[in-house]
Parts: sequence; C-alpha cells; structure tokens
Amino acid sequence: MLASLDSANASQAPVTHFAAEQRALSIEGFSLAYAGKPALRELTLSVPRHRVTAFIGPSGCGKSTLLRAINRLHDLNESVEHSGQIELEGQDIYAPKTNVTELRRRVGMVFQTPNPFPMSIYENVAFGLRLQHRLPKRQRDDIIEWALTSAALWDEVKDRLHRSAWQLSGGQQQRLVIARTLAVQPGVLLLDEPASALDPISTLKIEELIRNLKSQLTLILVTHNMQQAARVSDYTAFMHSGELVEYGTTDQVFTNPRLQRTENYITGRMT
Amino acid sequence: MPRRLTAAPQRLLDRLWPWLCAASVALSLLMLTALLSLLLVRGLGHFWPATLEEVTLRSGEVVAGEAIRETPLPQQAGDERLYFTGNRDVAGASWRWVPVDDIAQRTTPEDLVRLTRTPWGDFIGRLVSVESDGERLEGQPAWDYLTAALALPANQRPAGALLLATADGQTLRQPLTNISGATAPNAMAWWQKTHTWGERVWQFLSQGPRAANTRGGVWPAIFGTVLMVILMSVIVTPFGVLAAIYLNEIAHQNRLTRLVRIGVRNLAGVPSIVYGVFGLGVFVYGIGGSLDSWFFSDTLPSPTFGTGGLLWASLTLALLTLPVVIVATEEGLARIPDAQREGAVALGATRLEMLVRIVLPMAVPAMLTGVILAVARAAGEVAPLMLVGVAKLAPQMPVDGEFPYLHLERKFMHLGYHLFDTAFHGEDVQAAMPLVYATALLLVLIVLMLNLTAIFLRHYFRRQRGNEC
Repeated sequence: MLASLDSANASQAPVTHFAAEQRALSIEGFSLAYAGKPALRELTLSVPRHRVTAFIGPSGCGKSTLLRAINRLHDLNESVEHSGQIELEGQDIYAPKTNVTELRRRVGMVFQTPNPFPMSIYENVAFGLRLQHRLPKRQRDDIIEWALTSAALWDEVKDRLHRSAWQLSGGQQQRLVIARTLAVQPGVLLLDEPASALDPISTLKIEELIRNLKSQLTLILVTHNMQQAARVSDYTAFMHSGELVEYGTTDQVFTNPRLQRTENYITGRMT
Repeated sequence: MPRRLTAAPQRLLDRLWPWLCAASVALSLLMLTALLSLLLVRGLGHFWPATLEEVTLRSGEVVAGEAIRETPLPQQAGDERLYFTGNRDVAGASWRWVPVDDIAQRTTPEDLVRLTRTPWGDFIGRLVSVESDGERLEGQPAWDYLTAALALPANQRPAGALLLATADGQTLRQPLTNISGATAPNAMAWWQKTHTWGERVWQFLSQGPRAANTRGGVWPAIFGTVLMVILMSVIVTPFGVLAAIYLNEIAHQNRLTRLVRIGVRNLAGVPSIVYGVFGLGVFVYGIGGSLDSWFFSDTLPSPTFGTGGLLWASLTLALLTLPVVIVATEEGLARIPDAQREGAVALGATRLEMLVRIVLPMAVPAMLTGVILAVARAAGEVAPLMLVGVAKLAPQMPVDGEFPYLHLERKFMHLGYHLFDTAFHGEDVQAAMPLVYATALLLVLIVLMLNLTAIFLRHYFRRQRGNEC
C-alpha cells in the first residue's frame, strides 16, 4: 500500500535546489542503460560546490553507475546507452566536443578496492602528472608532497617514496590512490565506497580526510554504510531502482525523511 | 538406533591415492635422473683417457685396445668382451670381440699410446721412433719430441714422420702432420688424466667437427643453435605480443574473436614438420626466390636467399612458436585486474597510455613465460629445420668479420641435427656414439641455460613490480 503510494510520488521526489553559481555539477533528466537494461531513469539533481554529497541506496540502485557516468568511464563499454545531460561547471560533459581525458582530470575517481599501480609510491602519485606535461623535477616533487600531505599520508611514506606501493597497508593504499587523484588537481572527487574494503581505523582516517578535503574540492561519496554517510556528508541522496527518491541535507534525510521509503531504508527495514 | 561415530574401515583407494600420486612424481623424477645420468656418464666419460689393455690370446695373437663392454656368448660359452682397437688402416676394423676364456694374459703396459689421426681414426700401439730433419729419436726422447710438436699450433709443426708398431708387431709410418693428439693413458697419473679430460671437453666445445662429424668439436652447432633461437625470439615476441593485445584489449569479444582464439590454440598442435613444409614453400621458394630474382639475379642460378638459411629457419620456428607466445601473453593480460585499467583511465590516461604504462609492464612476466615456452620448443626442434636451412657441415659461420657481419642467408649447423647426423650417418657409428651422448647432454644444457636466462629476467621484472610471491 505504502510502496505503491511512494512510487507514484517518485517522479516528484523532493529535490533540493541550489542556485546556479553554487552548483559544481548538475544532472538533467539523465538515463542510462546497460545492453538495453535501464540502470538510471531520468535523474535530475545538482551537487553543490565544496560540499560532501553522499549517494545511498540498496545494491543495484544505480549509485555507482551514476558516479561512473560523471567520469565517463562507461565509454570503455560499448553496450552502454545514455540520454539526458550532465553539466560540470556549466559545460555538458557528453557534448561531442568534450575532451574526455581533460574531463577525467577535472573529475577524479577513487574506487572501492585500492588500486595502486605496480610502481613506487612516488611514481603512483606522479602518474597523472606525467600524462599531462613535462614538469621540472622540483615542481613535480612539490606537487607530490602536497598531494600526499593533503591525503594525510606524507608522514607515513616520506622515507620510502621509492618503495613499491603494493607494500603499503590497505588503508594507506587507499589514501595513496586519493593522493594520486589529488595530484592532477581535480575540481570534483568521486569516491565509490572508498572505505568498504578497509578496517575501522583506516575507515575513520579516510572519513576524516574526506571532511578535510571539502575545503579544496567537491566530493561525491557512494556508500553502503549509513553511519558513514551521516558522519561525513552535508547532503544525502537516496536512490532506488535507478531513480532518485529523496535528496536533502544529511540532517534532514536522516532525522526527518520526507518519504516512508527513505525512512524504511535508513532504519534498516528495507534493503 | 543412533549411528556410531567410530571410524568405518577405510577403503583401500582412500588410503592408496596419495601414494599413487607420489609414485607418479617419483617415477617422473626417476626417469629424468636416469636420462641425465646416462647422458652425463656416457657423454663426459668419453673424454676421459681410458686405460689401454694389451691382451695375449691362447692362440698367441696379441690385441691392444680399450675394453668397452662384455656380453654373454650364446649357448653358455662364457663371455665375450668388446675392445676398441683402432688401427683401421692396418686391421681393417677398429673393433674386436674377444672371448674372455681365450685370454691368456692381460696387461696394461705403460708404453702403449693412443694417437688421434685425421684419416683412419685412432691408432693404438707403440711409438717406435720419430724422424725429423734427418734425426732419429727413440724411446722417451721420441715421445717428448712428439708431445712438444703437438703443443705447437698446427701450421708451425715440424715436418716429420713417426714409426709406429701395433701390438701384434706390424709397423707403419705416419707423417707428423696427420696426428692431432697423443696420450699414453697407462702412464698418466689421475691428475694428468683430469687435465687431459678438461682439455678434450674444451676442444669439444670450442672446435669445429672433423672426419664427417664423427670426431672433433661442436662449436659451430652450438653457435648456430643459440643464434637461431635468439633470432626466433626477437621475431616471435613482438608479433605474439601485438596479436595478444589485439585479441584481448582491442577486439570485440564476440564469436569471431573466440573462433580466432581457438584457431590460435590449435595451431600449437600442428606437427612441426608441417611448418617446415610451409617454410620451404613460402619463405624459401616464395619469398627467397623472389628476392633472388629481384636483387641477386647476377648470381643465379645459384641461389642466395632462395635456399634454406638462418633467416628462413628462424622465421619458420617463429611461426611454430607464435601460438605459445600469444596464448601466454593473452592469459597474462586477462589476469590484470580491470581496476588497474580504470585507475589509469580515471586519471586522464588515453587507452594507449593505459596500455603502455600500466597494462604492458604488468604483463611482462607473462610474455617472458611465453618466450620461455617458445625457446624450449624451438631449441629442441629439428624436423622443420631440415627443410629450411640446417646443414650437416656449414662451410662458414653465420657471423663473421665480413660485412654485413650477420649473414642471414647462410646455412648453419644445429646441435639437434648434428646429433642425428653423428648417430646415423658416420662411417664408424659405434665410435661416434659417445659423441652423440655428449652432444645430447650439451643440447639439454643449452636449452636449460636459455630457459634459466628467461626465468631470471621474469623474476627480475616481478621483483621490480614489487609482488614477490
């Protein structure tokens, strides 16, 4: 009874609006299908600059798919079709003239499992820099130190920058991946369940890092962990079956959800 | 009634199966050990200066030679012993079966010598005298003169003649220039024998073959084998890696790709002689013949590239080992997690940058595994080579000081073919048998060494990537 009422409401789901100058990203009626199977349906929302926005929802609700769409990672897969618009700082990222590699530099992505490259810690952070242009070594060293410091890893690795990155612990690896992404100075950082493969202490470090980073850039976090979303995010979007169900400040979504479905999910009555 | 937990009697198979598995490992190890020790003993033993016996028969006849083996005579008439007696020019044969019961006396006199000669093979008997510059030396001075003369390089040896006597008293003259080596094994201490053994092994490794491959060394064959395998690896690696990249990274994973993949895998099972025929038809006659008619028409009808040669042999073997490299590389590429590729792409790398900077370096150990397998297969392959360029005796080495230094059109020698030739095509096959074992041992060692090099490289690259396991 309730469920049918909710789905009727879904199309007019409460959406938080931001003024155009506050928006880092705005998504307009974006749909996406894998080999004909719809994964995202007519999503419309905008993400504010220098804030942490969390996407929550059950497995398969499309939150990771949306994240990958913002980075255009789906380009690697030919069976994906999409429609609608995603605008980054007012520019349509799916416009035919878009420079995809430039887009990916401006929209960094951190994945669920830490994926440092099989090279030294230094080379991992330098990877994105080396792709762009030749920098004098001094300047590159400075950027690398800054990126590792921003990722709260510098003190742990400054004495072994030229050792293999694969010798770091899982938590350190994930912070290294964040540093690697920060080194190319993106405006938006996408985090796809960045702490789900980590132990509680490493998770806390990552969460602290996320809170500290929002002064520098816009963060979008996908997580299964409700407490995590509540702890670190400013805004929370609840997605289900490829649709946006509810979007608001984290405080409002968690303490006073407008929809029964959101409340059910947050309190664990629906998975 | 509750079922009891006490152990049911174990079935026979349950107890036996680990032993079955262990037994098959033990059997394989045993066979490998047997193979290697046979090659070691027979191959390296050949170079040891063996004791020469002088045997007096009941009939009064005297025979001198090296005892080889004994076999029982039919109808329980005792044993028969095989002697290598040499002296084929005097006796007509260099082997003699002697019934053990007929032996009246068996001695090992210290003055028996064994000479290595260019025509007629070894001489076993006594040195009577040396004549040189009108002088005539006998006894110990003659022996000293002979060893001193043999220590000189072949073109500086004095002219002269040896007067030799066989064990049964026949004498013969022999020009000094025909002799290439002399030992008196019965008079040698063990360390002198060891020294001679080392010298002979070195000669075997460093000299060219003599007497229709039944004597002398195998250096040109070692060189030809290694050079051909290296050329083959240089050709096959880029081709195989590029093909694997296409199949795994670029091609759409559809039915056609799967079909191509199955085809590649099955190519590995095509008999090698078929590749030889292909190489002969396409490379030698097709491409080689065309090259000749375009660039070397002044030397026709004698072919330059239109006949078997190093290049065509390497190409044929590269074709033969291509599937191995493709399959190994493709498996390596498939093992690289997508997270690595996505990580690179998400940082703004193009597909080519991702491939060159992340994927290929990670796949290097897998590529080397492919090359190891390819080398192991190619170094032991003989059948296709017989069609596309291997020679019984190559007049020139494929690398020399003459421009362009590496002569790809030349025929070359190969240890595998040398082995086959020595074992079956000599004039005295039995005398050459120990050389066959020695060559086989060498071939095994060379394949082992080439493999170890590749394994070492793979280990190095793995360590560099930091995933020691």
